[in-house]
Amino acid sequence: MKADIVIVGGGPAGLAAAISAAKEDKSLDILILERDNELGGILNQCIHNGFGLHTFNEELTGPEYAARFEEQLDGLGIRYMLGTMVLDVSSGSVTAINSKEGVFKVNCGAVVLCMGCRERPRGALNIPGLRPAGVFTAGTAQRLVNIEGYMPGREVVILGSGDIGLIMARRMTLEGAKVKCVCELMPYSGGLKRNIVQCLDDFNIPLLLSHTVIDIKGKERVTSVVIAEVDERSKPIPGTEQEIACDTLLLSCGLIPENELSRSAGVEINPSTNGPVVNESFETSIPGVFACGNVLHVHDLVDYVSEESGRAGRSAARFVKNKATAEGPVIKIRNGNGVRYTVPSFVRVNELSDDLVIRFRSGNVYKDSYIKVLFDGETKLSRRKPIITPGEMEQVILKKEDLANTPSEILIEIAER
Amino acid sequence: MKSSYDIIIIGSGVTGCAIARELSRYECSCLVLEKDEDVCTGTSKANSGIVHAGYDAKTGSLKARMNIRGNMLMTSLCEELDIPFKRIGSLVVCTDEANRKGISELCARGIANGVPDMKILEKDEIREIEPNISDDVVCALYAPTAGIICPFRLNIALAECASQNGVDFKFNCEVTDVSKLGDEWIVETSSGSFECQAVINCAGTHADEIHNMVSDKKFHITPRRGDYMLLDRSLDGFVKHVIFPQPTAMGKGILVTPTVHGNTLVGPTAVDIESRDEAPVTADGLSKVQEGAIKNVKGLPLKQVITGFSGLRAHEDGGEFILEEAEGCKGFFDCVGIESPGLTACPAIGEYMALKIAESLSLKFKKFWNGICKDVVKPFELSEEERAALIKEHPEYGRIICRCETITEGEIIDAIRRPLGAKSLDGVKRRTRAGMGRCQGGFCSPRVMDILSRELNMPLDKVTKSGGGSKIILGRTKNEG
Ligand SMILES: Cc1cc2nc3c(=O)[nH]c(=O)nc-3n(C[C@H](O)[C@H](O)[C@H](O)COP(=O)(O)OP(=O)(O)OC[C@H]3O[C@@H](n4cnc5c(N)ncnc54)[C@H](O)[C@@H]3O)c2cc1C
Ligand SMILES: Cc1cc2nc3c(=O)[nH]c(=O)nc-3n(C[C@H](O)[C@H](O)[C@H](O)COP(=O)(O)OP(=O)(O)OC[C@H]3O[C@@H](n4cnc5c(N)ncnc54)[C@H](O)[C@@H]3O)c2cc1C
Repeated sequence: MKADIVIVGGGPAGLAAAISAAKEDKSLDILILERDNELGGILNQCIHNGFGLHTFNEELTGPEYAARFEEQLDGLGIRYMLGTMVLDVSSGSVTAINSKEGVFKVNCGAVVLCMGCRERPRGALNIPGLRPAGVFTAGTAQRLVNIEGYMPGREVVILGSGDIGLIMARRMTLEGAKVKCVCELMPYSGGLKRNIVQCLDDFNIPLLLSHTVIDIKGKERVTSVVIAEVDERSKPIPGTEQEIACDTLLLSCGLIPENELSRSAGVEINPSTNGPVVNESFETSIPGVFACGNVLHVHDLVDYVSEESGRAGRSAARFVKNKATAEGPVIKIRNGNGVRYTVPSFVRVNELSDDLVIRFRSGNVYKDSYIKVLFDGETKLSRRKPIITPGEMEQVILKKEDLANTPSEILIEIAER
Repeated sequence: MKSSYDIIIIGSGVTGCAIARELSRYECSCLVLEKDEDVCTGTSKANSGIVHAGYDAKTGSLKARMNIRGNMLMTSLCEELDIPFKRIGSLVVCTDEANRKGISELCARGIANGVPDMKILEKDEIREIEPNISDDVVCALYAPTAGIICPFRLNIALAECASQNGVDFKFNCEVTDVSKLGDEWIVETSSGSFECQAVINCAGTHADEIHNMVSDKKFHITPRRGDYMLLDRSLDGFVKHVIFPQPTAMGKGILVTPTVHGNTLVGPTAVDIESRDEAPVTADGLSKVQEGAIKNVKGLPLKQVITGFSGLRAHEDGGEFILEEAEGCKGFFDCVGIESPGLTACPAIGEYMALKIAESLSLKFKKFWNGICKDVVKPFELSEEERAALIKEHPEYGRIICRCETITEGEIIDAIRRPLGAKSLDGVKRRTRAGMGRCQGGFCSPRVMDILSRELNMPLDKVTKSGGGSKIILGRTKNEG
């Protein structure tokens, strides 16, 4: 089989990348490979609204947002194969399996990785206790409720205040379950402020910061969990234990970009994002292999995914047309105080087609601080922010002209007052 | 199902199933009773999966004899039953010059027990074969006959083979009393009573309770818990051998080993507890596992843990395997105190016990017996052409259900439809590995539930994690009425 561009994964990232690549050059043959039986990725199970405020200026549900993109595929002649899992990626081909073709290879000019991410399961959290039924990741529970129409529990404790956990606190409550509390190990929440207000505060669900689950009880099904307060080193403080009767523990303890394919292809991975290291074109360390969406770094808003993936798709299209590797200066982007990572990690100035968007997350909560951009040590931009939290992605936009006199290094940092 | 048998085996762990398979060579009717919903739900599901070389147990003990013989029989058994088994060799590592003597003693005991080809290796030699060994290593006892095995597959394949040769199995059937009536044994269970000529007690941590129902000479088992951490397959190759510390009175200590599927396993601890069925992982246990691991292996990335679990050893006060007809109880046979190396020893225990029972009941060999039992078809172990042909004929082998372990729908259907097939998520997991990967079923469990529900013709809300009350969903959402 052959295609000009193969897109791995048909979630919002894959759809946006495919569409913008097709728009960039109508003659390209673009193929999306998606292992699920429908396009749309994780959005299919996100039936709440709040999607698309930036892209469409209206509040859509997840499936509605995905549908807006899916509708464009036909008109642009984009092919897709469902029930097809990609097993192997290299710069000139991908190998995949499905029930019709068996294991097959697609030779291609460029690959865009859009595999999304997965949730951190119980096993990775070292939570002591028994191993009964009734412990779910919030996303698995979301699928059971929203897609299958089943209740994974009636009395629920949630560990972790990531967005999926917050959304599920509300969803389970609306379905008649009792959510007893949300425990968060850190002294701050990992989710969006708006979700804390709309999903917990509005339903009087307590958020216990600096708390964790230290035991799970119940041989067949969860009967209770024991929670405790933790100290600054995240160690449970003796004497603060509380046993909470419940039949279900939901985990919303972080998302991990799904980069097994990227790793085995030899793509360089950034240990802070667990996603590929990319340049301004979202190209990874392997020429012709691009990455975007949650596989690159975990996003809270799908609008950013779509925007970023649009850039990745356009870059892939350009790569297919004009194979020559870029010449010219390269600017390194470094993360300074308070900044956990930046995407991209470096910029090839000559390749920049418009403004440069640099996205990043902080490593802590900062109140009344400044986001600063320094070019070779000199402050170029300084923006005041009343609050910066790890749960919300930040960005700075640099004009192409600003980069014309090519500093050798750009540093992003958070300056406290 | 009949209510009268020649032989009843209590417990479907590796001990019971190994004996069942050996007895299935003979003309006799045999029933295995299991209190849980599936085979391999007790100690046999949660252990290190090591086929020990045989230097640990006291020379002349049954433990030592069964270990050596079991290890010897394992290669051919695994070929017959299609069980993943690799003889990767073990190292007992000494990290303190003062303890070198212990290593020579262990080596001498191994030789006396009949362990072949052991060697004491010095620091540089160890480095060469095990680059991530601790810098403190002084010397190590190397035993090339030690190996790693899939413990689930061992237990399940023994049971399937026994079943294919006519042994009956009854699950969710707890033995509540055993008594003698004339020449017959009466076995009372949670679902009716059964009669037989011979009872074989393979009840693991409950074996003393079963024994004490019939005999005046009492046994006492202490459940000894062991916690583990299982690390991601991306660390495949980090260690290449089974790496043990020097043994202590509580056992063989915290080992680091590859598993047959390429994960790295670290553990177990050894803590005596009350419960014979519940084995919670503890925070203390996990930190001991971590401490123990880094003593022998440097830089082991424990952050890459994908799950923690724990198992219960059935430690009898005498510390020895008890494999005998109970005193004054003709036709009642005990397998009590089958702690480590029980997994290794099970082929030998099967052979030894079956022979005793066959003699006692004067059993004759069957004319036809089929000792071969193939595992679930695994498309990724086939050649490209074979796989293409398989998917062409059975498209379900082209549909990936568990993405971490690349397990197809075809494999899951096969695991459910086989003799003694899977009935729960854990049953599917132990037979196919679906859900054993880094996401631990987060993605595939709803899909596996759908397949179980369809194949077993049961509503989705009746699907369990591991039988009994381990229901996964608690009803419909409001909109669904
Ligand atoms: C519970 C929840 C609530 C959210 N709420 C909001 C909200 O209110 N507003 C908002 O803007 N955003 C929200 N988001 C975020 C947004 O949905 C995600 O950022 C977005 O879906 C990420 O898109 P993606 O395409 O990168 O990943 P995904 O949507 O995860 O898509 C990845 C796709 O790749 C496929 N795939 C992976 N590996 C392979 C392979 N090997 N072969 C073939 N296919 C493969 C997968 O099946 C999947 O379809 C929410 C997310 C969640 C989980
Ligand atoms: C932490 C740990 C690590 C180990 N590591 C190794 C190793 O690396 N190598 C090795 O060789 N050995 C090892 N072992 C030992 C090995 O796992 C055991 O010896 C072996 O699994 C015991 O098998 P079993 O069939 O006797 O017991 P089990 O597997 O426990 O089976 C007993 C069965 O009896 C059933 N049962 C109990 N009571 C009743 C009743 N009243 N009615 C009906 N059914 C009943 C139970 O449900 C259970 O299924 C380890 C053990 C532990 C705990």
